[in-house]
Amino acid sequence: MGHTLAEKVWNDHVVRPGGDAEPDLLYIDLHLVHEVTSPQAFDGLRQAGRPVRRPDLTVATEDHNVPTVGLDQPIADPVSRTQVETLRRNCAEFGVRLFPMGDTEQGIVHVIGPQLGLTQPGMTIVCGDSHTSTHGALGAMAFGIGTSEVEHVLATQTLPLRPFRMMAVNVAGRLRPGVSAKDIILALIAKIGTGGGQGYVLEYRGEAIEALSMEARMTICNMSIEAGARAGMIAPDDTTFEYLKGRPYAPRGAAWDEAVTAWRALRTDDDATFDAEVDLDAAALTPFVTWGTNPGQGLPLSASVPDPSRIGNENDRVAAENALAYMGLTAGTPLREITVDTVFLGSCTNGRIEDLRAAAGVIEGRHVADGVRMLVVPGSMRVKAQAEAEGLDAVFTAAGAEWRSAGCSMCLGMNADQLAPGERSASTSNRNFEGRQGKGGRTHLVSPLVAAATAVRGTLSAPEDLT
Amino acid sequence: MEAFTTHTGVGVPLRRSNVDTDQIIPAVYLKRVSRSGFEDGLFAAWRADEHFILNLPPFSGGSVLVAGPDFGTGSSREHAVWALMDYGFRAVISARFGDIFRGNSGKGGLLAAQCDQSDIELLWKLLENEPGTEVTVDLRDKTVRAKDFVCPFSIDDYTRWRLLEGIDDIGLTLRNAAEIAEFEARRPSWKPVVDTTAAS
Ligand code: SF4
Repeated sequence: MGHTLAEKVWNDHVVRPGGDAEPDLLYIDLHLVHEVTSPQAFDGLRQAGRPVRRPDLTVATEDHNVPTVGLDQPIADPVSRTQVETLRRNCAEFGVRLFPMGDTEQGIVHVIGPQLGLTQPGMTIVCGDSHTSTHGALGAMAFGIGTSEVEHVLATQTLPLRPFRMMAVNVAGRLRPGVSAKDIILALIAKIGTGGGQGYVLEYRGEAIEALSMEARMTICNMSIEAGARAGMIAPDDTTFEYLKGRPYAPRGAAWDEAVTAWRALRTDDDATFDAEVDLDAAALTPFVTWGTNPGQGLPLSASVPDPSRIGNENDRVAAENALAYMGLTAGTPLREITVDTVFLGSCTNGRIEDLRAAAGVIEGRHVADGVRMLVVPGSMRVKAQAEAEGLDAVFTAAGAEWRSAGCSMCLGMNADQLAPGERSASTSNRNFEGRQGKGGRTHLVSPLVAAATAVRGTLSAPEDLT
Repeated sequence: MEAFTTHTGVGVPLRRSNVDTDQIIPAVYLKRVSRSGFEDGLFAAWRADEHFILNLPPFSGGSVLVAGPDFGTGSSREHAVWALMDYGFRAVISARFGDIFRGNSGKGGLLAAQCDQSDIELLWKLLENEPGTEVTVDLRDKTVRAKDFVCPFSIDDYTRWRLLEGIDDIGLTLRNAAEIAEFEARRPSWKPVVDTTAAS
């Protein structure tokens, strides 16, 4: 019987097979490190007198806590500053390459991996961060781990793991204009629920996926975790190879040819079987937004706030009632009539150059609505530089948006970029949990196109609503 | 990880059930960047009460916690184990443990010994009547002893073996160092490596 893409990558990395009683020992090709989940791991190594086994397969960046303005100033928040300073000390002590705040390569960990060409097909990639699934867009098996696992990988470059189950996500048809990858993933999560992918690696396949750019694929794999999955993957193809070619860490010359030959074999065999399958029709999709407090509570923008009393399932009904109360919404209100205070364009979901281009295309020659604040936070300093070279920063600032430096920023509000209590945002990030963007903040997850149109109109909107 | 064969120390009766990890260490204490020093967060809310058992000598110097059923449920935070160990606890006795907590205990070197609730009731009485009574938790023969009191405890064989040998997960994996090195020698040369000489 054939193998799925994920099984092939797994099998290629088994150092020692486990069997029934014990897990497999899996080799890790790349370990990404950031300031929040690594301090105890390094401290554990220190206490045990262990070195980092492969500093050359380890890369660190500062992203979760960093301010996105005033980079020349010391970080004001003492906890954030301590975490960043601790990472710097640890990297220096253990010989790990760090891209610190202000560095040209600094950025959100899941943006810089692919951008540097460090993320390649067929690799195993881990990071102490759940959105590590992003890297699966290039055909890597990438997943988030906890702090003691971070220590384990630092010390051994391996992890003891039991195989994941496999789910095929078949996305047929082609997206219509104004509809994007973010809408595909939001629609999928609304369909299968935030627990629908539990224990699975999702393999996204089908015509719609094949037609997507590399960065759009990253948006989809990024949010696999919001469907409960361990990882998301897409088989590498010419789009992948073109994206990688010439990047700083991509193979060159004869090694490139050798690598591409190996990468082409990384597809699910025709006779392989999945443990589960789900189908989605891209052609039928329209812009999608969330109305509630988990990423599964989403609807097409053309819909209205749902009426909890019409939800049959008891748990879902209670969840919807609580969500509406927290979000300050009334059942039956058309989603398009919801006004926002803040628009956040950024994060590892939608903070790449194509996302900024898409939003800039909508906002160019227009102005952010009165009373609305729009924050544009590039995913990395390279994305920032590229956007500035293309004049996108000027488009955003002319429209009245704030142009920032790279970091996680308002995606989780660990730095100063936060919503005030009761404030409402349209956000291109990935989590609309209560308080995620600031205590009492209300988040609607949207695509970059919808974010830009919403900024202009001040209510949840799609580009087609702009005259 | 330090090997655990047997431990003797002052027993602390904690007459509470369903002690979740948020009560063992509240979220505000998770911000620390080191792996040590979490003792200040241990049972922080309860310790604010001067009559809480850990505020009363000789219990304050205890190292064997005897708790009600369902100890360590809730959030997966590994800090709960660290906080107990940083405070000085080497063993927790309960009739039932939260799954993740039990796993984390095994990883961290804290013995989670499961006893019958009837034995725990007897132990509580003994410790309350004679504060400062030392409790011995012997992993070799899986018994709890205090004065004349003896009872068996259960623990899964794999965790017991690892604790007796003092092997943590990493130590266990490093027993495969030769296989890891062999695997590394087979990895394709075009896989990316980072230039660490540029390390800051
Ligand atoms: S951008 Fe948001 S989701 Fe992504 S790594 Fe940062 S905090 Fe996590």
